Amino acid sequence: MTHSGTGWRRLREYALVAVTLVVALVFAVIAPGFFSVQNLVNIALSIAVTGILAVGMTAVMVTGGIDLSVGSVVALSGVVAAMAAAHSGAPLIVGGVVALGVALLTGLVNGTLVAYLRVPAFVATLAMLTAARGVAFLVSGGQSHGDLPASFGLLGRTVVLGVPTPVIVMALVMAAGSFLLRRTVFGRHIYAIGGNAEAAWLAGIDTRRAIWTVYLLNGVLAGLAGLTLASRLGAGVPNAGVQYELDVIAACVVGGTSLTGGRGTIAGTLSGAIFIGVLTNGLNLANVDPYVQKIALGVVIVIAVVGDQLGKGPRGT
Amino acid sequence: MELAARSLVKRHPGVLALDQVDVTFVSGEIHAVVGENGAGKSSLMKVLSGSSTPDSGELLLDHAPVAFASPHAAQGAGIRMIHQELSLVPELSIAENISLGAEPARGGVIDRGRQQGEARAVLDRLGQHELDVNATVGSLPLATQQMVEIAKALSGQVRLLILDEPTAILSPREAEALFSVLRQLRADGVAVAYISHRMDEVFLLSDRITVLRDGRVVSSAPIARCARPTIVRDMVGRELAEGFASHSSSVGEEVLRLRGCAAGLARDVSLSLRQGEIVALVGLVGAGRTDVVRAIFGATPLVAGAMWCHGKEYLPQSPRDAIAAGIALLPEDRKGQGLVLQASMRENTTLATLHQRSHRGIINRAAERDAVARWIGELGIRTSSQEQIVRLLSGGNQQKVVLARWMLANSRILLFDEPTRGVDVGAKAEIYALMRRLTDDGAAILMISSDLPEALGLADRIVAMRGGHTVGELARDAASTAAVAALILGESRAA
Repeated sequence: MTHSGTGWRRLREYALVAVTLVVALVFAVIAPGFFSVQNLVNIALSIAVTGILAVGMTAVMVTGGIDLSVGSVVALSGVVAAMAAAHSGAPLIVGGVVALGVALLTGLVNGTLVAYLRVPAFVATLAMLTAARGVAFLVSGGQSHGDLPASFGLLGRTVVLGVPTPVIVMALVMAAGSFLLRRTVFGRHIYAIGGNAEAAWLAGIDTRRAIWTVYLLNGVLAGLAGLTLASRLGAGVPNAGVQYELDVIAACVVGGTSLTGGRGTIAGTLSGAIFIGVLTNGLNLANVDPYVQKIALGVVIVIAVVGDQLGKGPRGT
Repeated sequence: MELAARSLVKRHPGVLALDQVDVTFVSGEIHAVVGENGAGKSSLMKVLSGSSTPDSGELLLDHAPVAFASPHAAQGAGIRMIHQELSLVPELSIAENISLGAEPARGGVIDRGRQQGEARAVLDRLGQHELDVNATVGSLPLATQQMVEIAKALSGQVRLLILDEPTAILSPREAEALFSVLRQLRADGVAVAYISHRMDEVFLLSDRITVLRDGRVVSSAPIARCARPTIVRDMVGRELAEGFASHSSSVGEEVLRLRGCAAGLARDVSLSLRQGEIVALVGLVGAGRTDVVRAIFGATPLVAGAMWCHGKEYLPQSPRDAIAAGIALLPEDRKGQGLVLQASMRENTTLATLHQRSHRGIINRAAERDAVARWIGELGIRTSSQEQIVRLLSGGNQQKVVLARWMLANSRILLFDEPTRGVDVGAKAEIYALMRRLTDDGAAILMISSDLPEALGLADRIVAMRGGHTVGELARDAASTAAVAALILGESRAA
């Protein structure tokens, strides 16, 4: 099994964990305070929203697609949640229903365009990136909507046994996502579609419906991420989540998800998100110039992908 | 000019594609190379045109040894090949395609006047006076595109022009136009190597015929000394291949009927399939055989005609409907259409039947592993574990994985498209035995085979197709390779 795909992928996961540990050790030495409990909680909190989004993105990328609209949907769902919550008796519930509903609608549009109208995912979701951001500004009048009832902050600001709720939400979403991908018929089908859509269709799989569903779920997760963020900020902010899609895709790619489909795991994506979180946090503590940090992240993404290409070896004929 | 191949040997895994091949192409001669699929024609042309290197043997260009490391190197020596799949850029104009890679330019800026002038000149040489050099290639009919491809080849220095089944995509009139162009080139002193299945045109056009079979040159003679029946016999060779299981013992009721069906390349297909029998659908590449099985499987829409499955009218909208009716397709292109290559054997085997092994959408892994283990045993799949990535399995084992998938789906009508393509000799016999075992258990098999001895050895009945039509049917006892070859080639005199 030394040359088999599974062996390589497992090796890659271990390598990423090992590299993360090494990087963490280096920061522990050079950045005082890195290994404090408070800082580790900070790291977890810093990746919570992208982590929620990365679960949906992993599924989308496994089908061979991409969703560039998630950052805008985060903003849109946060704004509508805050506006709906402002004068309601049960702010979090009302805000949550509205946020998830609107986000589901964006996923429905993305999924229909990609799966049934055959619009390339890059184009369909790029359009949604622009449109959803526009709607977020339009409905909010370009204003942040804060001044919300305290209970709206429950989802984002509560700490349970030392763990902030956004981290708990991320953990639950990851567990559910991992189960969906690994253990269900639906999960197996989307790996097959990403690996070879023609073979999947000829095996009787309703490939279009499966792809449609993936975008739908991804929309809902973007809504949940937007709700969590708004709850934490105590406001719906129309320019929240800018470029989140890039952070999310970076976490997936560093975690070993293939842009061409068929490959990717939630565990890998989580490792990727943690690695990026550790790196960013440590560089901050070590007082590295934020511009240099961006360069470092770019280098990391390239190293991860080049490593994947080399690991694949020559393509079978 | 003379290009001679001497003792060429080319091995592919499990097959000797070229076995001590000697052949010589000379200026001013149209030299036809004929043979069945897998006879070694493509391998030979690949070596001649520089896209593969021989394991041993040599090429002599005007008596001096040459070795082509790439198609580019062969083109430098004046050898050009026209592939069946044209290599034009559809968005570019005729002139741009003709000069592609060798654009006339000054200081990096393309000289459009010269580009168009040179294209005009070469098209005129081919007698294509009315073609507009600025027309976009993608908008042209296929026959014209092929002419552009030939023009592109001729725009450089061409001494040997190799054409691989050029008339497969042409109407008879278009083919006639191509022939006159080739005759013109011959008169200009170009050597032409012409690969074809079609006896009529080979005898109409060529000066010499070389027959390949199983990687060897069986015969090579000037046209005056060639007779059609001899050539056909040389091509087919063996009357029957070895290793076939016995024929069907009990043929049951009709399970599938097609009447006047049209789909894709298939125009008018009628056939019937009964329980317990193997029917072989034979014909040349392009006769529409694959579209017939894809239509039955719901993968290519039926545009005319009707189908019945177990006596009931049957019109599948997608493969799902076909699978539900107990029909399975084992595609010729296993890697492109049959398997998810980077997934495991287990995942590929259960792909069509996960719902049977799950509860509320959650896969029962124990049931899945048991089911896969059973068929690994039943079909004799050689693999280190169920988790083996299928890309790394041999062709025979890959075919068995696809078969195992349909066994799990309890499919009773199996459509095999070239069941042993890419399968090595030893595993072929195993596949044959499995197919016969399935029909003995009451399944029905419709198979496509381009290997006539295989079709004759295995099938209980042969249905022949030519140009999209079913043109005849032969019972096992009445079928001989000559009779079948006559049907599919449209070669009544050879029978």
